[in-house]
Amino acid sequence: MNSISVRALLVRGMLAGLAAGVLALVVAYLLGEPHVDSAIAFEEAHSPHDHGGGEDPVSRTMQSTAGLATGILVYGVALGGIASLVFCVALGRIGRFGPRATAALVSLGALVAVYLVPFLKYPANPPSVGDPDTIGKRTALYFLMIALSVLLAVAAVILGKRLAPRLGNWNATVAAGAAFVVAVGLAYAFLPSVNELPDDFPAGLLWKFRLSALAMQLLLWTGFGLVFGHFAERLLAPRAGAPGEKARTAAPAS
Amino acid sequence: MAQSAAPAPAASTAIPAVAPISLKEIAPWALFVGILMLVLLYFVGAEQGATSVISGENVHEWVHDGRHLLGFPCH
Repeated sequence: MNSISVRALLVRGMLAGLAAGVLALVVAYLLGEPHVDSAIAFEEAHSPHDHGGGEDPVSRTMQSTAGLATGILVYGVALGGIASLVFCVALGRIGRFGPRATAALVSLGALVAVYLVPFLKYPANPPSVGDPDTIGKRTALYFLMIALSVLLAVAAVILGKRLAPRLGNWNATVAAGAAFVVAVGLAYAFLPSVNELPDDFPAGLLWKFRLSALAMQLLLWTGFGLVFGHFAERLLAPRAGAPGEKARTAAPAS
Repeated sequence: MAQSAAPAPAASTAIPAVAPISLKEIAPWALFVGILMLVLLYFVGAEQGATSVISGENVHEWVHDGRHLLGFPCH
């Protein structure tokens, strides 16, 4: 592998992240936005929460379309880029996996470490859930939880690699996974909980909002794993592809 | 359980199917592009919430819905 590979993989990672972001955007717009609107309606009906006085600088229409798209697509590109760098490190180092399987495993790991583990402690909240005065504390806790989860996941992979010669690949993977779960459980137990739900906030709305947030992430990372895996396979093993894949060899995305 | 492993024969960690990319080649990309990506994530996820680099609330308001749906604390 020469250094062109890293650059080429990074570019493909960001493109795959953009494609995955488009998928997540569709889910966010169709499934998520109705719940955001309901939550804002609740907020306005129950606790007139002022967004800084006067009229809002960005209209609801812009927030739910162009604003939403900006947020999710930038998120997709940025995480796609980072995930492709992780892929560069993981390739050939986490076992006998080809580029496609490595991409799938990196995506699964990213979904769990970057989103799922922090989500189970500090889940996504719709507008009107959360006291504006504690935003600093909640932001710090959320990013701390992400950092901790990512570090623990990396530690678990290293632990698994070290145990593999003695326990065998399967048992080493199970042991490292169990160690990860125990460590995450300890982090959950020691980090403070946040419960700032208004008393009469509809439980169904909260549940559906969180499910749609989860669905977005599932689709984002599934899409990224499949698209990036396809790009990486073509880039790194052009001859090993299926017979139908020979049509073009360069510039897979535009 | 987390003792450091003795250099054991690589029986179960067989020769990788794909040659790894050397870390020296990844490092500069990881440093510069990785940090750039984290800055992008900061602007989507946290700017004008707990901390502000740019004054006002336009960034916060613009990415408001994405921030809620992506799971970041918004306000």
